[in-house]
Amino acid sequence: MAPAESGRPGADDLVRATAADLAQRLAAREVSSEEVVRAHLDRIAAVDGAPGDGRGVAAFLHVSGEEALAAARDVDARRAAGEDLHPAAGVPVAVKDVVVTRGTPTTAGSKILEGWVPPYDATLVERLRAAGMPLLGKTNMDEFAMGSSTEHSAYGPTRNPWDTSRTPGGSGGGSAAAVAAFEAPLAVGTDTGGSIRQPAAVTGSVGVKPTYGGISRYGLVAMASSLDQAGPCARTVLDAALLHEVMGGHDPRDATSLTDPVGALADAARSRDVRGMRVGVVRELTGEGFSDGVSASFRASLDLLADAGAEVVEVSCPTFAHALDAYYLIMPSEASSNLARFDGMRFGLRVEPSEGPVTAERVMAATRGAGFGAEVKRRIILGTYALSAGYYDAYYGSAQKVRTLVQRDFAAAFEQADVLVSPTAPTTAFPLGSRLDDPLAMYAADIATIPANLAGVPGMSLPSGLAEDGLPVGFQVMAPARADERLYRLGGALEALLEERWGGPLLASAPRLETVPATRPEVAPA
Amino acid sequence: MSTTTTAPAATGGAEPLVAYDDATARYDVVIGLEVHVELGTATKMFDGSSTAFGAEPNTQVSPVSLGLPGALPVVNRLAVEHGIRIGLALSCDIAESCRFARKNYFYPDMPKNFQTSQYDEPIAADGHLEVVLDDGTPWRVEVERAHLEEDTGKSTHVGGSTGRIHGADHSLVDYNRAGIPLVEVVTRPVTGAGARAPEVARAYVAALRDLLRALGVSEARMEQGQMRADVNVSLRPSPDAPLGTRTETKNVNSFRSVERAVRYEVSRQAAVLDAGRAVLQETRHWHEDTGITTSGRVKSDADDYRYFPEPDLVPVTPSRAWVEEIRATLPEMPVARRARLQGEWGYSDLEMRDVVNAGLLETISATVAAGASPAAARKWWGGELARTANERQVEVTSLPVGPEGVAELAGLVESGRINDRMARQVLEGVLAGEGTPTEVVSARGLEVVSDESALVAAVDEALAAQPDVAEKIRGGKVAAAGAVVGAVMKATRGAADAQRVREIVLERVGAAGS
Repeated sequence: MAPAESGRPGADDLVRATAADLAQRLAAREVSSEEVVRAHLDRIAAVDGAPGDGRGVAAFLHVSGEEALAAARDVDARRAAGEDLHPAAGVPVAVKDVVVTRGTPTTAGSKILEGWVPPYDATLVERLRAAGMPLLGKTNMDEFAMGSSTEHSAYGPTRNPWDTSRTPGGSGGGSAAAVAAFEAPLAVGTDTGGSIRQPAAVTGSVGVKPTYGGISRYGLVAMASSLDQAGPCARTVLDAALLHEVMGGHDPRDATSLTDPVGALADAARSRDVRGMRVGVVRELTGEGFSDGVSASFRASLDLLADAGAEVVEVSCPTFAHALDAYYLIMPSEASSNLARFDGMRFGLRVEPSEGPVTAERVMAATRGAGFGAEVKRRIILGTYALSAGYYDAYYGSAQKVRTLVQRDFAAAFEQADVLVSPTAPTTAFPLGSRLDDPLAMYAADIATIPANLAGVPGMSLPSGLAEDGLPVGFQVMAPARADERLYRLGGALEALLEERWGGPLLASAPRLETVPATRPEVAPA
Repeated sequence: MSTTTTAPAATGGAEPLVAYDDATARYDVVIGLEVHVELGTATKMFDGSSTAFGAEPNTQVSPVSLGLPGALPVVNRLAVEHGIRIGLALSCDIAESCRFARKNYFYPDMPKNFQTSQYDEPIAADGHLEVVLDDGTPWRVEVERAHLEEDTGKSTHVGGSTGRIHGADHSLVDYNRAGIPLVEVVTRPVTGAGARAPEVARAYVAALRDLLRALGVSEARMEQGQMRADVNVSLRPSPDAPLGTRTETKNVNSFRSVERAVRYEVSRQAAVLDAGRAVLQETRHWHEDTGITTSGRVKSDADDYRYFPEPDLVPVTPSRAWVEEIRATLPEMPVARRARLQGEWGYSDLEMRDVVNAGLLETISATVAAGASPAAARKWWGGELARTANERQVEVTSLPVGPEGVAELAGLVESGRINDRMARQVLEGVLAGEGTPTEVVSARGLEVVSDESALVAAVDEALAAQPDVAEKIRGGKVAAAGAVVGAVMKATRGAADAQRVREIVLERVGAAGS
């Protein structure tokens, strides 16, 4: 047995196991859900620290230890009673703090929601609970999912498990870091412009943004409604498929939810057959702007796919060059409206003006002034401007036209290829603080992921190896809308080819994390 | 609704006015009406919360209608159906596809700080409503659009003298109303009505109310705020001149007030123009008690609601088959129904107009359906009961007697069990809560004397007392029988059927002569 990094015998084995493996062992009653949850809580206590305390991974904003253990014991009891359980029952999961959880604080990484305890569950949370998956806690994120480094969290940054002086990407750096640091086998993320895929890329994990509407948005604190999409974060393609299947499918409470069934994603992940699959390399998302290490890793993966029988072709999507610009008009426009409800009148932070009359309008202004961070304010101002009379056509209107063109480029490209591929992010993980003063450099981290959001098509990032700096590189796969299973088919196959070459999962080569003093309340011992 | 330009409510003092006739002699009046109607759906526009009126504040809410983070709207299908039904009844075109938009502004009664409303893509457009003015003149009001939206919460301002936000200590918001489905029906500018513009405004709102009720889409009770009218008024020097600057008087909540508000604005704006000043484009508050409007908020082109298509909803795309299905279920339109009923009932134009103006059409219809003759139904509702309601200062329909009771009363009269005078006493008893008409007849012992022999004896006695009368009748002066009938009625204390008594008198006189 491997040395017990977290101090409990056997625990290291449990936290390093894949979700699929845990599910099998739970079903075979080789291990209890309580043991699995406790091992992860111990791991969190050992390596996570907390955002703002300057040490540890700081993936979690809130750890729901007691609730997770209670849910685990409930599953164990039902299993003991012979109840027919969901295949994933007992496997714990972490949830990005942008997803509302009944009875568990939800802040979306913002001061303006500090202390808010939602009275309802997001649909995807209902589905996790219904499947018997204990919720370990809420993961850190850029405030309202606005950022690419998790440094815009009002509670402090998450650190990259590969190098804690670097960012884990964002906005879902907490969910990606939690799975990469073995604090959770699975995590839920949301992806508006790359917030699942880009963190997955820079943490050596797997992240999937499903087809828009594939997983309900009901209960996701909205940034940009037409772009937001929840999805799975995991360490393997199969694990991502398992979590995707639990959360996916139609929800009558989300008018934009697809009515299609979620599909046999895990089967696709297991098929490992890419023979005859046409893999389109997007010319505009390769080469210039992508670091040498990233490009080299990407090319090596393409060679593996070609050797395995895939047909690698090059496709061109010229309007992708304008996707980032269109995104930074549409996203802030919708966000400026979605974030209007945070006004101190009904929930969350309420700040009264320091002087002068206490009117509703002045309380709203004082609350929003004090409660929102700089990046959020920047985007609200941008969006308010873009939607203003007289500017609407030039900004929001034009951006929507670009969006249509991006969709057409995708449609044309999918005539020539079954899937499209690119590096997920232009560089490996960047150092903490290095882009905070340069918003445009920060925005550029999402250059390759944004087109999929604009078109509503699904995308996956999986690790393709390490760059010369020893940090992970992400490989992005995109498929036509409602063809998510193609991501899993190609991703599962590539993952298998790569692991054969590496002799095991990439994350096994990640450096050991130092144990930090636990800064959260201890969970009572068994 | 923006609080950024909360111009204080005007001092409340009377503004200079020009006499109405003088104003309309020198200015052309143009009006426009925007009527908000709460749809009678069981649940809200975008979520499953109840819409029932009068619940404890903030109990009929959900994450959606409270605008909690993460909550999403879903369109209420019945509300769309109602919107289509209203559109069809107004002869509008029904959109094949229409989107909701967000109207962004900050106000505490709006949970999301945007209202989800149809902006440039209404469910129904380009229609009209035929209305009938008091003297029977038909008038067609052109309808620009009818669109769906959600209501806001209801603010109560506590501590001020005016009940308005200005000067209040604090405000309370009840979100039970937030998200209730509304249809807003917007007219095109109504021109050419001249001095009759106030009457047209009232007739239009009344006709719309009747239509909405007939469609079964809303109870449209103005006093409960289920139907609220915004009244736009502008003046111009002549019908050829371009439209003048308009004011928008908000939330006028009775037919009469709609008429008065237009009249007041005409007189006020005429005075402003006479003084060489410009009418301000503004919203104005209507004061029911004093019958005046006061300045609300100056509207300007700077108002920017930053409308954009609601990304949380997909377009509403009613199939043509569905629209035709709804069209097939449209009830008879009120104007057509009125004409039909007038024919069936045999009312004169004047009688019909009085019935309609008194709001008695439905009540009389129900009374006739319950078995009364149209004449009797009109007589009771338009007479005795209308007087009683007036005395008690209540709606005639809220008296403790309904169409069934009135039909029963009329039946008792028609069958001869009671006469007209007794019927009034019976009605008095019914209104006093003594029971149904039949019960009151029994309890008060008000039966007509129908014992023939007793009546014959009474007639003979009366004839004997007035021998000259019999002579006159025999001589052809049949009207002289009235004196004998009167005597018999007096003798029986009214408990006889006067008609029958008259017949007996003539029989006895004839018999005596033969």
